[in-house]
Amino acid sequence: MGVAVWAAVRRRPVRFLVSWWPWRGWALLVTGAVQGAVVLVALAAGLLVGVGLSVLGVGVLVLGWTALLGVPVGALERWRLRLVEPERLPDPHRSAARGLRGRLRERASRRELAYALVQSTVFAAAGLLFAAALAFCLLLLSAPVFILAVSPDTVMLWPGRPVSGPLDGFAASAAGLLGLVVLAYSGALLAGAQVRLAQQLLGLRDTDLGVRVVELTRSRARLADAFEAERRRIERDLHDGAQQQLVALGMTLGLVELELRGRDTPATALVARARGEAKLALEQLRTLVRGIHPQVLTDHGLPSAVAELAARHPVPVLVDLHLPRRLPGPVESAAYFTVSEALTNAAKHSGADGITVRGTLDAGALRLSVTDNGRGGADPGAGAGLQGLADRLAVLDGRLTVTSPPGGPTRLELEVPC
Amino acid sequence: MLKIVIAEDAVLLRAGLVELLERVGHRVPAAIGDATALVRAVDAERPDAVVTDVRMPPGHRDEGLRAALELRGRHPGLPVLVLSQYVATAYATRLLGAGSADRGGLGYLLKDRVLEVGDFLDALERVAAGQTVIDPEVVRILLARHTADDPLRRLTPREREVLGLMAEGWNNQAIAQRLTVTEASVVKHAGNIFMKLDLDPAEGNRRVLAVLAHLNHVAAADS
Repeated sequence: MGVAVWAAVRRRPVRFLVSWWPWRGWALLVTGAVQGAVVLVALAAGLLVGVGLSVLGVGVLVLGWTALLGVPVGALERWRLRLVEPERLPDPHRSAARGLRGRLRERASRRELAYALVQSTVFAAAGLLFAAALAFCLLLLSAPVFILAVSPDTVMLWPGRPVSGPLDGFAASAAGLLGLVVLAYSGALLAGAQVRLAQQLLGLRDTDLGVRVVELTRSRARLADAFEAERRRIERDLHDGAQQQLVALGMTLGLVELELRGRDTPATALVARARGEAKLALEQLRTLVRGIHPQVLTDHGLPSAVAELAARHPVPVLVDLHLPRRLPGPVESAAYFTVSEALTNAAKHSGADGITVRGTLDAGALRLSVTDNGRGGADPGAGAGLQGLADRLAVLDGRLTVTSPPGGPTRLELEVPC
Repeated sequence: MLKIVIAEDAVLLRAGLVELLERVGHRVPAAIGDATALVRAVDAERPDAVVTDVRMPPGHRDEGLRAALELRGRHPGLPVLVLSQYVATAYATRLLGAGSADRGGLGYLLKDRVLEVGDFLDALERVAAGQTVIDPEVVRILLARHTADDPLRRLTPREREVLGLMAEGWNNQAIAQRLTVTEASVVKHAGNIFMKLDLDPAEGNRRVLAVLAHLNHVAAADS
C-alpha cells in the first residue's frame, strides 16, 4: 500500500509546495493535536476512574469501555485521514461481533487502541509543535506589514536589535518562507508516517480476512448441508409416499386382472395397460429418486451404491472400493454423484469398453479415481455436471481433477478430507 | 392354502399383500410392520412361509433380512421370501449363503415384481414348496459382472440364457417352455454349462445354489 502524500512529494518536489498537499498535511497534524488531546484526557480519565472503582466491580466495566476507546478513534481517524489519503481504509471489524465483549475480543480493537495511544501522544505532540511553528513562520512572513503597522514605534525582531524600517522586515519574511517550506516537507513526511501507521493498525489484516474466509466457508458448508438434508427429505418422501402408492395401485390393478382372468371382456386389456403404465411410472420415479439421493447410499454407504451403479452400467466396470467405515453424508453423496457423472460421461463420449473405479481411505482423506480405456480428449471444463460436482467438493475442501489426453485414458480423481 | 406371515412397513403395500394373498385363498394370520414383531409372530404362528421387506423399522436398514436369517436359524427349513426395494446383490448373497439353504425355499425378489401378481404368487408358492427363486434382475447383474479370464465367456449366448433361467430357479421343463425349445435340448445345454463351469449337476435348489455360488464367486473376484 502506498502513501499518497509521499508519492506527491517524490513525483514533483517543487510543484508540491504550491499544491494543496502542504495544507492538507498541516490540517491533518493540527486537527490531530486537538483530537489527540481530547483522547488522551479521556483515556487518562477512564483509566483513573476504572482503577479507582475496580473495588466496586463497575470499574472493570469502565476499564473495558476505556480499552474500546480505540474503536471510535479508529473510525474517526479512517475518516480524517482522507485529508491526505484518497483511498479509504476498510473497517476491520466484523459486524457479527457486537457489544463490549465481542469488540474486546477482536484483534482489530486492540490495534485501534494502540493506534489511539500513539496518535494521542506522538502525533498530537507533533501536531502541537507544527501549529506553533506555523504560527511563528507566518508571523515572520508578515514582519514587513507588522512593522509598517506599528511604526513609528521601534520593533525588535531579534532581542537587542531594533529594526530601522519595514524593509528590514523582508529578511524575516525570507526566514518565515524558508520555515514554511521546511514545514511543508516535514509535515508531508509526518502525515505520511501517520498514514502508514494507520494502514498497519486501522485497516483490514490478513488475519481478519482469514476469519472472514472461515466464516464464508462455514456458511457455504451450512448451505451445502441444508441442500443435502433437503435432498434426503425429498428422497424419503418420494420413497415412502409416491412410490409405495404406485406399488399399491399396481397391485390393485393386478388383482383386477386376476379377477378378470378367463373372462372375455375388453376390460382385461385396459387393466393390463393401466398396470403397465403404473409400472412405467414407478420405474421413472425410481430413476428420479436415484438421481436425487439413492436409497442404497443411505442404507449401505458408498461401496454398495457404487457397486449398484457399476452393475447397471452398459460398459463393464471394475470396482475396487474398500472403506473401513461409513463416511460423512455430504462426502458420500458428493463422491457418489461424481462417480455417477464420470461413468455417464465415459459411456457417452469415451468409447471405452472397460472402466475402473478405485478408492481408498487413508490419512483421513477419501481418494477415488475413475479411469476408462477410451479415446480421451475430454474437456473437463465443458461438463456443467462436473463443474457443479467440483463446486460441491470444494465446499468440503475436496478437489476434483480430470486428465484426458487425446488417445486416452481419461482419468478422474477426487480427494476429500473426511 | 398356505399360512403366511407378512412383514412390510409400508402400510399400503402391506394391506395390498394381505388382500392379494387372502383373495387367492391363503391365510395371513399376522401382517406386521417391524422386524422384532416379525420374529415374535413367526414363533407364535408357525407359518408355512414368510414374506418380508429388507428395510424395516426400527433402524430402517436391513432389519427384515436379518430377522429372516435369524428365523431360518430358529426354524430350519422355514421358507422365506425377501422383498427388496432395489437390487443389492449383497442381500441375495447373504440370504442364500446363510447355510441351511438347501432345506426350505428361499426367495429374493424386487418389490416391483409384486405388480406382476401372477408371477409373484407363483414365486411365493415355489418358495413355500422348497424351491429357490431369485429375481431375474439380480441374475442379470450377476451374469453381467465378469472378467476376461471368466469361464462364463466360454458359454454360448443360448447357454447363458439357460444359465440365467436356471439361476432364477426354474426347472428344465419351465426353461424349455420359456425358450420354446424341447426339454431334451435344455438338458443338453445344462450339461454343457455344468461341464464348462465345472459344476455339480445336481437337481433343484442345489443346482441354483451352485450356479449362484459360482456367479457370486466370479462377482467377488471381479470387485
